[in-house]
Amino acid sequence: MGIEQKLGNMGVATMKLEQAVNWARTNAMWPMLFGLACCAIEMMSAQASNYDLSRFGMELMRASPRQSDLMIVAGRVSRKMAPVLRRLYDQMPDPKWVIAMGDCASCGGVFNNYAILQGVDEVVPVDVYVAGCPPRPEALIHGVMTLHEKVRSEKLKNWA
Amino acid sequence: MALMDVHLQSAIQAIKEKYNAQEGQCGDEVSLLTAPEHIAEACRTLRDEFEFNFLSDETASDYWPEEEPRFHVVYQLYSHRHNLRLCLRVPLNGDYPSLPTIVDLYPNANWFEREIWDMFGIRFDGHPDLRRILMPYDWEGYPLRKDYPLGYEEPQFTFNYDEIYQHKHHPKYEEP
Amino acid sequence: MLQQTEVSLDELRHLVSDRAIEGETVLLNMGPQHPSTHGVLRLLLELDGETVINCIPDIGFLHTGVEKNMEAKTYEKAEVMTDRLDYLNTIGNNLVYCLAIEKLTGLDVPLRAQAIRVILTELQRIASHLVWLGTHALDLAAMSAFLYCFREREMILDIMEMCSGQRMMTTFFRPGGLWRDVPAEFELSVRRFLRIFPARIDQYETLLTKNPIFMDRTKKIGVISGEDAIRWGLTGPSLRGSGPNYDVRKAQPYSGYDQYEFDVPTGTHGDVYDRYRVRMEEMRQSVRIVQQALDKLPYGPVRSSNRKYVPPPRAELGTSMEALIHHFKLWTEGFSVPKGAVYIPVESPRGELGVYLESNGGPKPHRVHYRAPTFVHLQALPLLSKGHLVADLVAIIGSIDIVLGDADR
Repeated sequence: MGIEQKLGNMGVATMKLEQAVNWARTNAMWPMLFGLACCAIEMMSAQASNYDLSRFGMELMRASPRQSDLMIVAGRVSRKMAPVLRRLYDQMPDPKWVIAMGDCASCGGVFNNYAILQGVDEVVPVDVYVAGCPPRPEALIHGVMTLHEKVRSEKLKNWA
Repeated sequence: MALMDVHLQSAIQAIKEKYNAQEGQCGDEVSLLTAPEHIAEACRTLRDEFEFNFLSDETASDYWPEEEPRFHVVYQLYSHRHNLRLCLRVPLNGDYPSLPTIVDLYPNANWFEREIWDMFGIRFDGHPDLRRILMPYDWEGYPLRKDYPLGYEEPQFTFNYDEIYQHKHHPKYEEP
Repeated sequence: MLQQTEVSLDELRHLVSDRAIEGETVLLNMGPQHPSTHGVLRLLLELDGETVINCIPDIGFLHTGVEKNMEAKTYEKAEVMTDRLDYLNTIGNNLVYCLAIEKLTGLDVPLRAQAIRVILTELQRIASHLVWLGTHALDLAAMSAFLYCFREREMILDIMEMCSGQRMMTTFFRPGGLWRDVPAEFELSVRRFLRIFPARIDQYETLLTKNPIFMDRTKKIGVISGEDAIRWGLTGPSLRGSGPNYDVRKAQPYSGYDQYEFDVPTGTHGDVYDRYRVRMEEMRQSVRIVQQALDKLPYGPVRSSNRKYVPPPRAELGTSMEALIHHFKLWTEGFSVPKGAVYIPVESPRGELGVYLESNGGPKPHRVHYRAPTFVHLQALPLLSKGHLVADLVAIIGSIDIVLGDADR
């Protein structure tokens, strides 16, 4: 029962700064409410009690882009909406990530015509694509988990 | 035809006589073809005398490459009191036709007519606020016309991979 | 490519009052991305302090070009796109499209298919009203109602998934009946749902109906009289909250609705509170309809046997030559609908949803137009919101139950 054991019980841990920063970023990522169409309803279902997104740290869906890190583009983006989308993306502070939820956001989905952007990656850089029309809440959660893995492997100089 | 309501019969008869409309039929639904000049008065008669007080729907249909008529504007009227439906069609010729508006009779025709202007290019004389509603403000062209292309993106297979890659839009976004 | 187009005040001059031009009132943009507008709706508000003088809705941010896209696909393929219009009433969109095709072609629909159509449509109505209630209460800061409503909605989505494999965009109704018969657990699940649901509606009512804060925020807000509502084309619960008793299920019954007994609730004052009461009562009446339909559910086929429009079962393909030919024609070319035009209204949770289907005799529709209730109701928003505060505007938008996929198509 020396003083070394006491120090041990106080819980000093050592890790790389990168790991700590990435751990902090993944555990409290706040999504921005960007539900456009049908996928928004499944996003709301994922936030509700059956498939709870709050257990992953996404308790609040911030409406303001200035206070959020993650933009889940849920739904079809029309040509009239594309400049708005880009403007909101630009207003988000670094670090920021984008999940393209659903088929319409990933590749245009069922709608291959004059009015819909064929994939939201025409205007913003996307990190994770979640397929489905609409994707089940569990698929969205899987997409979020994939994003967390990606964030954990990021280097500090990505966002420096 | 024998089962048609008496009230509806008299309404159709009155419109046919006054405005020289023709009757078309599809199944058990009757539609009246009216000339564009008379549509506002025909609707007024139907609303005031025959109590067709509700405009359900107003839309248009393009018959390109037929020139005469090129468009049909279709009105669906409903009478709450008698529970009857009536359909009026207005044939229009030419590429940029116009016809009088019925906004003062049925206020909810406002956005219907704006949508027809946006999608087909049919002008409504007397409309208080005719501008684009569904497409962006500076869009050129009228999408629902038959000579407007669908604008679809070709699926990218291996045999046309390079051609599609050239045309695909690559955004210039600044990475941090 | 993404140039920002600014609409200058000149183009909107005829819509805003003179006080805005002078600078006395503020023009505020309640933009496409907003938590309370239930979708991508842009409102240009002219405010005098906090009071709304005028409100100019700007839609089109979700315009999908479905009507043009459906003209390029055959009838069966185009049905897939109809789900995605009013995405809270997906079964209803399918129903109205199938009814239009059945009217033009004269297809018969077996009784079992009609009864199951009624059951699923009413369950979808309950699901849509639950989303409405959850988001409306959330906007008025009653957060727990949101979680309760989505818990019940999950039960309905499980039933949908059991029948068709998909939670929301089912495309379960096809011309001639249903895609396939419902599984054996369907009746048990629906009965279990019906057993618990009336008690849950009581729970929501306990939370909200006599709540003084809720009543303060919703009574005498967004009042519209019966005649004005009819003139502006309102239908559904938004109309019935003001008095007139017009329900398409009673006026022009379809799919066997005349066999079932149900009441159509109406309100008197035409304010947000009455529309809320009407929708809550509608949920109870839907439970009643589903109960009756389930008790009377007949046995039999679920799709018409007219092989010109309905594909034959796969077992027949090995033995019958005609079945093989019909299968081939339906899969390569699709069925052709005789020439004609028809307008069919049904009662969606929002109001009168109608489809105008015009066919030129070919395998692809010539013109499909959806009469969307949200499109019509948004025109009345300036009238409903004149003179109210911005916070009341949020309650009004919630009460007319808008779904932008419906309005923008």
